[in-house]
Amino acid sequence: MPNKKPSPFLEGMRDGLPIGLGYFAVAFSLGIAAKSAGVTPLQGFTASFLCMASAGEYALFTLIGAGAPVIEVIVLTLITNARYFLMSCALSQRFSPDTPFFHRLTVGAVVTDEIFGATIARKGYVEPAYNYGIMLLAVPGWSVGTALGIIMGTLLPARLVSALSVALYGMFLATIIPPMKKSLPIALCVACGFLFSWLFGVLPLLSEISTGMRTIILTVVLSAAAALIFPAKEEARDE
Amino acid sequence: MSNYVYILIGFATIYAVRVLPLTLFRKPIKSRFFRSFLYYVPYVTLAVMTFPAIVQATEKPLAGAAALIVGIAVSLFGGSLFVVASACCATVFLLELFI
Repeated sequence: MPNKKPSPFLEGMRDGLPIGLGYFAVAFSLGIAAKSAGVTPLQGFTASFLCMASAGEYALFTLIGAGAPVIEVIVLTLITNARYFLMSCALSQRFSPDTPFFHRLTVGAVVTDEIFGATIARKGYVEPAYNYGIMLLAVPGWSVGTALGIIMGTLLPARLVSALSVALYGMFLATIIPPMKKSLPIALCVACGFLFSWLFGVLPLLSEISTGMRTIILTVVLSAAAALIFPAKEEARDE
Repeated sequence: MSNYVYILIGFATIYAVRVLPLTLFRKPIKSRFFRSFLYYVPYVTLAVMTFPAIVQATEKPLAGAAALIVGIAVSLFGGSLFVVASACCATVFLLELFI
């Protein structure tokens, strides 16, 4: 082993530090949303530790608050996390045939937007130790942040809670807005998502559909329409 | 239904979504439609979940609307996830001091 190259695990920790800090801050806002759904700090910690998902957990907490049926939880979890399916498909092409199978089960458990981005940006095959280095900092950042958000959310002044509650949406915007500049189909997807989500909230009859179902219906219909009108290019698979 | 049951159902579902492709689908997905569909899904989902919810999350709807505009602007100028989230929070905090 050459000494020059740092171990993948340490490299993972280096890249995991900013990811973990960012997660901690955003998870705080997720905790505030969880609190209003009646989720306890320990439950929030458990959900974040296991799920490691922003939009997915936000949807889960919304459904808990609404006392939604199981099928709605499964379907909305599938929909809000469908991108991880795509990312895992891309990652599956980057595993060496020599990497023991169980690493697929553990690396795959924590595929998030940021961790996927960091993993795929490296050259060559996936090095599981690199992912474990990131996870060591990112997973506690996310799960402790969620629990603290639930605990502190009520201790903070209402104005501060109000301000922190938009952090999660800020994170969503940071994910969906920049690609709009490069892709007209994505720009249309986001614009139509905003427009129809708003329309479903104000129009008679449509406004009686629950927000969870609204997300499912609009995602399936608008994404299918986009896929028919603008079939993705070949390289889309790896993004 | 206990919140832990919800959490376990959510975890089981999300784990399957993440790990099934790594274990079962070791070859690229063939269907161009399905690939395209999956490609657009995150953008639509996050857009639907962001608006109008961001306007309803704050004490004053006007502050939420301002956070939306600031968040879009900062994202367009290349702000990172953390910077955009902070800018949105700061906007709401400052505006709600005055309105």
